[in-house]
Amino acid sequence: MDWQDFLSVLPFIIVAGWATILLLVDLWIPANRKGITAGLAVLGLIAAIAAVISRFGIEREAFDGMIIVDGFSSFLQLLFLGVGVIAIAQAYDYLRRRDIERGEYYILLLYSLSGMLLMASAGDLIVVFLAVELLSIPLYVLAAFAIPKADSEESALKYFLLGAFASGFLVYGIALVFGSTGTTALSGMVAAIESAETTPILLLVGSGMILVGLGFKVAAVPFHMWTPDVYQGAPTSVTSFMAVGAKAGGFAALLRIFISALPGAAVMWMPLTMWIAALTMAWGNIAAISQTNIKRMLAYSSIAHAGYIFMALPAAATPEVAPEAVRAALFYLVTYAITNLGAWGVVLAMEKAEGSGLEIEDYSGLGKKRPALALAMALFMLSLTGIPPTVGFMGKFYLFQVVIDANLIWLALVGVVTSLISAYYYLRVIVVMYMRDGEPEVRSEALLNSTIFITAFGTFFFGILPGFLLKMINQVSLLDLFR
Amino acid sequence: MLEPWIFIALLLGAGMLLPGVTIVANWLLAPKKPNPIKQSIYECGIETVGETYIQLKGGYYIYALIFVVFDIEAVFMFPWAVAFDKLQLYMVMEGVIFILILAAGLAYAWRKGVLEWV
Amino acid sequence: MTIDLVLFFGLALIAVVAAIAMIASRNAVYSALFLVFNFLTVATLYLLLNAAFIAVVQVTVYAGAIMVLFLFVIMLLGTERESIGGRIRWQMPLSIVLGLALAGELAYVLLRNDIVQGPLADLTVEFGSPASIGRVLFNEYLVPFEVTSILLLVAMIGAIVITRKQREEGK
Repeated sequence: MDWQDFLSVLPFIIVAGWATILLLVDLWIPANRKGITAGLAVLGLIAAIAAVISRFGIEREAFDGMIIVDGFSSFLQLLFLGVGVIAIAQAYDYLRRRDIERGEYYILLLYSLSGMLLMASAGDLIVVFLAVELLSIPLYVLAAFAIPKADSEESALKYFLLGAFASGFLVYGIALVFGSTGTTALSGMVAAIESAETTPILLLVGSGMILVGLGFKVAAVPFHMWTPDVYQGAPTSVTSFMAVGAKAGGFAALLRIFISALPGAAVMWMPLTMWIAALTMAWGNIAAISQTNIKRMLAYSSIAHAGYIFMALPAAATPEVAPEAVRAALFYLVTYAITNLGAWGVVLAMEKAEGSGLEIEDYSGLGKKRPALALAMALFMLSLTGIPPTVGFMGKFYLFQVVIDANLIWLALVGVVTSLISAYYYLRVIVVMYMRDGEPEVRSEALLNSTIFITAFGTFFFGILPGFLLKMINQVSLLDLFR
Repeated sequence: MLEPWIFIALLLGAGMLLPGVTIVANWLLAPKKPNPIKQSIYECGIETVGETYIQLKGGYYIYALIFVVFDIEAVFMFPWAVAFDKLQLYMVMEGVIFILILAAGLAYAWRKGVLEWV
Repeated sequence: MTIDLVLFFGLALIAVVAAIAMIASRNAVYSALFLVFNFLTVATLYLLLNAAFIAVVQVTVYAGAIMVLFLFVIMLLGTERESIGGRIRWQMPLSIVLGLALAGELAYVLLRNDIVQGPLADLTVEFGSPASIGRVLFNEYLVPFEVTSILLLVAMIGAIVITRKQREEGK
């Protein structure tokens, strides 16, 4: 153990430590000037981004394999930190508008982010479990941030109960995998499975339970029931962060555990993940059609997108395709993050102080009243559908290609067909914005507008020139450390 | 596997036996002349009025929760203290950091007025 | 049959009976006390496995702190006697069927496969002692240990944020 080890977890130390310092500093910041807390939180995130960039390209194990630093973790950490900056910018005005501004919002958000950072570089199942908890517990509280509003309370309670239930599955699964392989270290598990010193039945049941636990976190069918209610009830700025961050965090763990540590058990999880992916894509998109509330619609849309990313897992069961599958999943996570943050930003702009303005009908006439905002929303909807020239198209294209490479043609077909179905409800938003008359009441807040602009630009830019992103992702290797 | 604990078990048995013997002896030896006042429930002071089950106030909950947090901290401190002489300096520092992080929580709770009993 | 095995089955029986009594009793306070009983029995089972530290943790944290929290919540809600509302009618038969199915599956798996491969290593008295746990905790499990403290801190902040209203603070 040396200084290198501590440098390996530096981004995590910065974010978690800064949150703790900020917790104390915030006590002396007057209630009407919580913008200072938000600004300080962003400063901490920028320092963490610098820390991640400074060690980009380094691959090593730290703390006896508890922490893994590689391209996969660095890339995801950058994504999480970027999401964090945008989430704080989106929350600032929204919290004041709804009169729920408190310094703890930004602090809890930092803690949740620290959990995600830890998740990206977890090299041991115990760290995975702690990271899941550290990611989730602040989110439960954030969902309840609009207390005593009943829908926020309902959202938090549902999220908490089902989240705790899922954690139970996860930890029991970890215990069984430990019982089978005799180790919780991911690298040790590969060796144990290869040397056949395992008890297969425990390994199968254990990894199945881990799949269930993390399936809850990423809202995959059939573990998605909580999603629409939680996303609808939570304050919208929290939903935006939750929908992007928590999902990406869950997938970080899924990809790391199943593809790098449990390739030996692929016979078991390959068919399971395949069916989960197909069901999630189908059900998410079909259920979204009948939604009239934009938050619920986007919630089902996020379920559907979890299904698309899930396709990377069965594809990765074919060893030759595995590295590409991981890259495609990462690329898709980026497209999902950019597009969704943008779409939720528009929802934030449309939401009125008392919480109305969330029906899709409320968007009528937006095209005339605020052409730029409507254009951005149209771009996000096209990207979610997967229509060029947006980044969503590139993401789906890459992912479907990998799935076909892995000879799962029927799964790719399910993906294409469900994407076509999804066009119906995504394009309906565009139709309502441009074809219907109405007088929508829209906010124009500088920070929120800039996040919408940045994400819209990203959606368009990476849609035409994905080269930069692809180049970065091509350096990502999830598997090298264990081979 | 339980050999080292046999003495504790014996001690536990002896501890239960002593009051047990006195209670049973009392019951056997004492003269029994019951009357309604004697049989009423013993209360020191005033007799209870109304329900004995009462609804506690919310402050108790947050107290109990903070108690749980620091109870767990105490549990973690124990192996730290026992292995103290075998640890290197930075490992000792880890324990200090652990305490400091939770102390930050205590400071937060204090400043937020959670510790005040209204 | 060794003395350990006799002890194990005795304790296991008590633990199961306590668990059933906990579910069956109508008074929530009694349920909580049966749960304490169950925790104590399980703590003794840990002793049987030579995990003294875990046994003590089980008593102090679960039977102690967490049960205090449980009892406070029960008293707080004022639901100590009856369960709120009626039961769902099909809940009981369904839970029995599902529980038996799970037990059957577990029995099948356990009987069909050799879960334990070969003899277990003999553990020394040192194995579960606080000192050896301390050494492991501050070496290999350094990261999880520190993350745990942050997790506890977050739980505390969360509870305070949810229960304290905005208007009360800032003074």
